[in-house]
Amino acid sequence: MTTFWSLWITILTLVVIFGCFWLLRICNKNTTDVEEGESMGHSFDGIEEMNNPLPKWWSYMFYITIVFGLIYLALYPGLGNFKGLLGWTSSNQGIVSLAESKQAVIAAKEDGAYVQYDQEVAQADAKYGPIFQKYADTPLEELVKDPEALKVGGRLFLQNCAQCHGSDARGSKGFPNLTDSAWLYGGDLATIKTSIMNGRRGMMPPKGGLPIEDGEIKGLSEYVVKLSGRKHNEALAAQGQASFMKGCFACHGMDGTGNKLMGAPNLTDSAWLYGGNRMAIGQSITLGRMGVMPPWKDVLGEQKVHVISAYVYSLSHQDELNK
Amino acid sequence: MKFNHELIEKNIGLLGIFTVIAISIGGLVQITPLIFQKDTTEPVEGLKPFTALQLEGRDIYIREGCYNCHSQMIRPLRAETERYGHYSVAGESVWNHPFQWGSKRTGPDLARVGGRYSDKWHEVHLIDPRAVVPQSNMPGFPWLMDNVLDGKLTADKMQIFKDFGVPYTDEEIANAKQSVEGKTEMDALIAYLQSLGHALK
Repeated sequence: MTTFWSLWITILTLVVIFGCFWLLRICNKNTTDVEEGESMGHSFDGIEEMNNPLPKWWSYMFYITIVFGLIYLALYPGLGNFKGLLGWTSSNQGIVSLAESKQAVIAAKEDGAYVQYDQEVAQADAKYGPIFQKYADTPLEELVKDPEALKVGGRLFLQNCAQCHGSDARGSKGFPNLTDSAWLYGGDLATIKTSIMNGRRGMMPPKGGLPIEDGEIKGLSEYVVKLSGRKHNEALAAQGQASFMKGCFACHGMDGTGNKLMGAPNLTDSAWLYGGNRMAIGQSITLGRMGVMPPWKDVLGEQKVHVISAYVYSLSHQDELNK
Repeated sequence: MKFNHELIEKNIGLLGIFTVIAISIGGLVQITPLIFQKDTTEPVEGLKPFTALQLEGRDIYIREGCYNCHSQMIRPLRAETERYGHYSVAGESVWNHPFQWGSKRTGPDLARVGGRYSDKWHEVHLIDPRAVVPQSNMPGFPWLMDNVLDGKLTADKMQIFKDFGVPYTDEEIANAKQSVEGKTEMDALIAYLQSLGHALK
């Protein structure tokens, strides 16, 4: 802050505070010719004005607030560039980048300034840092057997993941169920962690980006129903199979079992992210499906993602872990 | 001269003048200096002006009163930064006229909501919040899907922001109508929400 604005703030603030003091002193003096408690000599509608002083409790309170204000301004930042005798501040100011924010924390520490927010974070890091560090140093295969870690992961899941996947992790239409054994990108520990860290992006454009006519959708849907082993119309499914061979197999595989590298779903199981009836399947083919899982590495950091990964894995492996 | 209340009490004009002086001092001390501070007028390094579509989305955000329940101001308290990310800094809002800091949180803070959810999630959630978050008490905004933008005023809005100092190029303003025309209000609002909070890098 320039000296001008610093002085502007300081002078105006102090003038007002001392002005209040002066005003209070004046108002507490009897400057009329009338004795205290006597009539001021006029009445309105029978109500007479008496020369009564300001209530004592009220003026003392006012004096106390003035003293409090001055002490406060001496201890805390308030008067322009004056930083206050305690060297206290709520947070680092004037930051324009995250790098600058980190530097400001170090600089404040070296200056011996007491930055409230930095102190809070440092205290929390001292308390929780070692716990997360210990989890981070534990391989996921071990971490899934640690009930405490799973509890922590569960809390983090409820806070950050439940909005899409649901608080019971069973998902909803378009948002995968994490408690079953169907995985678009793979359900092993390392892949789950990769999915959370970097996010995922569905790659099914309308009609798979293939030269498929609207008239073929019905047959294709029937063929997909056949792939999942349900009752179907054989003739219609045969037409659909021909359409499938136009290119659907490139991602979903010749046998329709999908491809985890591309997140292409297995069409032969009973898990349907967008619904498994003929109409829903037809819609998925027509409109395409490009579900997005946002990346979390920058939001949560790797240590927390590590713990969440263990929790997510545990959801679909209850039997194995409870052994 | 004897100090006397009577002079002010019986002269309403004078009373008015003194009242204005008394109530403007707080503003003179707290607001005026901020208008001239580098700390509060310098944009953060990664700040980008809203695109035409995001700007339209912002107007829908204001029209629907989102700010009544959602703040866009993460305070420097660890409990908040753990949930929402780095605390908000002044340089993130310098091109926001008026800023959408808000003061009430019935719903969560949205200052860094951009990228936290997929576009599809926002769409489902805005149409019927309980479809994805059963405990939510947010109202649904299904009409956003039906209302289509015509972009008639988009260029004018951008010009006004440019006059305020937001660095829009003439080309961006010229293309404004074209880039929002035919998009739904849902598209615009989601584009706006997804843009929030990426500037501080």
